[in-house]
Amino acid sequence: MIDWQPLWLSLRLAVLTTAILLLLGIPLARWLATRRRTWKAVIEAVVSLPMVLPPSVLGFYLLLAFSPAAGPGRLLDHWLNIRLVFTFPGLVVASVIYSLPFMVNPLLAGFRNLPPHLHEASRTLGKSDWTTLIHILLPNLRPALTTGAVLSFAHTIGEFGVVMMIGGSIPGVTRVASVAIYDEVQSTHYAEANHYALVLLALSFSILLLVYLINHRHNRSPL
Amino acid sequence: MNLQLKVRKTLHTASGIQLLDVNFQLEKGSLLALYGPSGAGKTTILRILAGLTDADTGFISVDNEVWLDTTHNTRLPTRSRSIGFVFQDFALFPHMTVRQQLEFALPATADRQTIDELLEMMELQELQHRKPTLLSGGQQQRTALARAIARRPALLLLDEPLSAVDDEMRFKLQDFIGKAHRSYGLTTILVSHYLPEIFRLSDEVIVLENGRIQKQGPPTRVFLEEKISSKFRTTGEIVDIQPADIVYIVSILSANSIVKVIATATERTGLHIGQKVMIASKAFNPIIIPIS
Repeated sequence: MIDWQPLWLSLRLAVLTTAILLLLGIPLARWLATRRRTWKAVIEAVVSLPMVLPPSVLGFYLLLAFSPAAGPGRLLDHWLNIRLVFTFPGLVVASVIYSLPFMVNPLLAGFRNLPPHLHEASRTLGKSDWTTLIHILLPNLRPALTTGAVLSFAHTIGEFGVVMMIGGSIPGVTRVASVAIYDEVQSTHYAEANHYALVLLALSFSILLLVYLINHRHNRSPL
Repeated sequence: MNLQLKVRKTLHTASGIQLLDVNFQLEKGSLLALYGPSGAGKTTILRILAGLTDADTGFISVDNEVWLDTTHNTRLPTRSRSIGFVFQDFALFPHMTVRQQLEFALPATADRQTIDELLEMMELQELQHRKPTLLSGGQQQRTALARAIARRPALLLLDEPLSAVDDEMRFKLQDFIGKAHRSYGLTTILVSHYLPEIFRLSDEVIVLENGRIQKQGPPTRVFLEEKISSKFRTTGEIVDIQPADIVYIVSILSANSIVKVIATATERTGLHIGQKVMIASKAFNPIIIPIS
């Protein structure tokens, strides 16, 4: 009988990460898109770093940073009683950092491709920046929002190196599906590994299919 | 005095750095046309009025409300200025129907009836549930105009609103602009480089060149030399000059038609294709007088 817990954990992690990334990515991308300054290139580079960095490198430094022995981890542990190594909240924080470029980059491109007059037109109609963002900019960013959300979700489901470094493999806490597959293979339980792998494969394919179907419909009809 | 403007701004144009330095006043309810070559600063003046572009120094007041006063560090944000702005590309919201654009523009406190009134005035009732991609250029222009006046602005700003439509449509749309301007008692500023439009619509025109006001006054006084007494006159643009025996035949596009006028070799030397001219007739053959 297949143990659904790792899959359930992966799903929870991905949903939470995507939700946090949406809230974080929209203002960040908007800010990066507004005015080009040289030092903003530095921020962009930092945001995109997880795309090129080996996950184990990122995981290693996060492990050091989150460690309650020193640095920021110690402050969190001491003042807020939050521990991020080998815990589920730690996985969420690491996943948000790890998948940040997959949310921010599509949104950034989306914001930059919006006609500049859209925002100005809304301002001349007496609307605040907040109203403009909610009623004008975001509805016209639907494809970018979908892409960002799906990529972040899929990327989080698929992460392995960072999770291993920062979460380990504690059943019910940090043992997500990708780690479970690795564990099962290590113990030569190929059938169990295959169960998880198949579910992940089917899930990934379904998500992508859904996105392409939505985009097709979106492109076909201007309405 | 309804509107007072005195601004200076350094412009970075294609032909180098240029100083925009203008100062004018405008009566409530009048329609002012800004005319001049591209890069003269016409659009910049509209954008400074709207607060979309910052002036280096200056003062703007509308209906005794100060919108800009750089000496006192006052700068009213765009959303707090009572304006309607029609962009050159209309800037319609792609995801909203015609009706939704007007609903979005209408202030929460305003009477909902206004929307139907505007739809009717701009002849958009049939199209009210369409999105911009399914509208023609002229229909988009009317939607943009209706959206800009929905909040009954103190000042309506039109940035070459008719440049994207053909001549026939242009003529009809001029009527819509005139109608909106009159029935809502608006004060309007129109950027245009199309003389017939200026003559038809505006009470006053400012000719801008290199960032400065060259001439200002009613269009007839600004563009037509009063010393020519004539029975007939119109304006147009030279589209062709052909030699014929010892004279030249000059084809001029005026409104929607081509007028052919004979010019002597001496007269021809001052004329070139693309030039804006006035055609006036005293007795027989019309004479052509350059106006730009």
